[in-house]
Amino acid sequence: MALIEGIFEPGLVVTTVDWVLNWSRKRSIFPMTFGIACCAIEMMATGAARFDLDRFGAGAFRATPRQADLMIVAGTVTFKMAERLRRLWEQMAEPRFVIAMGACAISGGPYHLHAYHVVKGVDQVVPVDVYVPGCPPRPEALIEGLMRLQDKIGTRTIAKKCEV
Amino acid sequence: MTPSEIIEILKPHEGDGIVSAAADGTHPHVVVKAQRLAAVAAVLKTDWRLRFDLLRCISAIDWPAQNGVELSYDLISTSLGHAFAVKVMLDRADPQVESVAGVWPAAEWHEREAFDLMGVTFLRHPDLRRILLPEDWVGHPLRKDYPYPVAYKGLKLNP
Amino acid sequence: MKEIERQYRHPPDLYQEGEIASDIRTEELTLNMGPQHPSTHGVLRVVLQTDGELVLKATPYIGYLHRCAEKIAEKVSYRQFTPYTDRLDYLAAMNNNLGFALAVEKLGGIEVPARAEYLRVIFGELNRIASHLVATGCYGLDMGAFTPFVYCFREREYILDLFEAACGARLTYSYITIGGVREDLPEGWIGRCRAFLDYLEPKIVEYNNLLSYNHIFINRSGNVGVCSRELALAYGLTGSCLRGSGVEWDLRKATPYCRYNEFDFDIPVGRGEKGTVGDCWDRYFVRIQEMVQSVRIIRQALDKLTDGPVQAKVPRVVKLPPGEIYYEVENPRGQLGFHLVSEGGASPYRLKIRGPSFCNLSILPVVARNCLLADISAFLGSLDVVMGEVDR
Repeated sequence: MALIEGIFEPGLVVTTVDWVLNWSRKRSIFPMTFGIACCAIEMMATGAARFDLDRFGAGAFRATPRQADLMIVAGTVTFKMAERLRRLWEQMAEPRFVIAMGACAISGGPYHLHAYHVVKGVDQVVPVDVYVPGCPPRPEALIEGLMRLQDKIGTRTIAKKCEV
Repeated sequence: MTPSEIIEILKPHEGDGIVSAAADGTHPHVVVKAQRLAAVAAVLKTDWRLRFDLLRCISAIDWPAQNGVELSYDLISTSLGHAFAVKVMLDRADPQVESVAGVWPAAEWHEREAFDLMGVTFLRHPDLRRILLPEDWVGHPLRKDYPYPVAYKGLKLNP
Repeated sequence: MKEIERQYRHPPDLYQEGEIASDIRTEELTLNMGPQHPSTHGVLRVVLQTDGELVLKATPYIGYLHRCAEKIAEKVSYRQFTPYTDRLDYLAAMNNNLGFALAVEKLGGIEVPARAEYLRVIFGELNRIASHLVATGCYGLDMGAFTPFVYCFREREYILDLFEAACGARLTYSYITIGGVREDLPEGWIGRCRAFLDYLEPKIVEYNNLLSYNHIFINRSGNVGVCSRELALAYGLTGSCLRGSGVEWDLRKATPYCRYNEFDFDIPVGRGEKGTVGDCWDRYFVRIQEMVQSVRIIRQALDKLTDGPVQAKVPRVVKLPPGEIYYEVENPRGQLGFHLVSEGGASPYRLKIRGPSFCNLSILPVVARNCLLADISAFLGSLDVVMGEVDR
């Protein structure tokens, strides 16, 4: 859990504080460079000049997971890569998010039938927030995925959840 | 040089080392005995009429029907422009052949891959270990009777 | 003091000979680079043994993207395998499609119509330019120069627009299929292509001014990672890596396929202008010159484009006669080879793919010895490997 979550009792109205925190978190997401395969090229194209990801505040790709809060898993995850992926995800500080980009990261993609070394979906290794389909997804699709993630971040709250 | 000329040059050296030869067709090649592979490789590289300096590919093919594993060494000469292939047929239960990494160092990685995916052991290879699959992988996937694994370190193959 | 330290030492007034503390106990450090790293061009892991800034030994570990393409080839039909060839070297998908289609057609004796062959050349060369643009941009990025990256990707976007207009995809096209190409060009495509070629030529001059003749870039890549001619041939290097070492060998000239013998173009070769023959700068500059040559080829192909069908009459389920073939094409990264063994069925009996980057990368442990840490990035960038075809 992140540092300032669940510190107020439920029922306390924290909307403006929530709004400010969520606004600042979603308008400056730092993705981690985790391009594995072909989708990485479309991720690079999204960060390049035409589909500029920086106008969403998410253009500062950090190489180290310690400074990143978004891991875009772009490409096929193999068994050999899976333990490194898990380790990198664990090194990210909370709040952290994962976008599964491309068919391979969602469910194994074109390799789901006969491959013996492919993990059928990265959600077997890390919890995924947004799935972006495509093979590879167009840069516009990745940007839409990022905007869905921004909506998801907007629903977070620092109040404790009600005990039912 | 045409493939038949290349085979003619090899014949005096090898004689009974050559099992069969195919000069026509889409893949001109010569099949040699496994024990003679290193000698044939040296001839192909150093003979001034042949000069095969680029090892393009080593392919391992599994033939369960013939109880053998075939290795195909595809070569080309950048100075003379001709291409040729050398094949050996190995025993499927324990395929072993001498490494040609001393003749063409490009073979180091190709042979590691053949070892990894097909299970062929290369004698006197500088560093024979798995290259594509994890070190603790069991089995050689490109064999025709390879059973797909159920899981690897807790991750299921088919969830 | 070691010889290499002597070359890089500070000017004499800053410190003197003998002042280097040789009585301090030093240790070698084992450093892990990758598989997640900004400048390893994909999922490559290199374990470095360093003595301070000096790299004593570099061992690459591959296989993090092994997607079992060869096993899949035995299970799916020939037509179904074309999309998997896209994903081998995903930056040059058209050329991969071409290699596979040619291997199947040569084994099956399938004749391709003339218009399709010219279209194949046009799209293959356009993809060569796009691939070299990524290589150039990412090489600049590895050195810390961000501007060439965005410039090259901007040009690449125009090429991707052309591809998208022709076949609908930006990265993995499956456009060149068995028997020809999938569909004919849309209206106005040829005019757009010519306009793009006119736009690109001054841009290549711009890249030379920006990056190639940049003093810092030359210092970082000249005399670094030198592969001699014999070493390059011994380790199976092909493509720009081989030509950068001074070997004039290009499959499009040596064993022409797909009507390449009708075109007039040169083969750029490394001459050691900014250092030694076979250094990183040579390999990089060969790519820049290849872009210029590709523009030449495309112009000639557009002029020669004939009318006619773009697909041969190939049955829906392609069945090849029993036989075997090893066919290679000249990809942007080297020679991509397909060893296809057919037993007469609808799928290959065995398909072995020879990825050029697999062979190019095997030279890393040999050359990256006793160099500086920053030279590893420079060397990897100049080899221009794509892990999709290293691991397949």
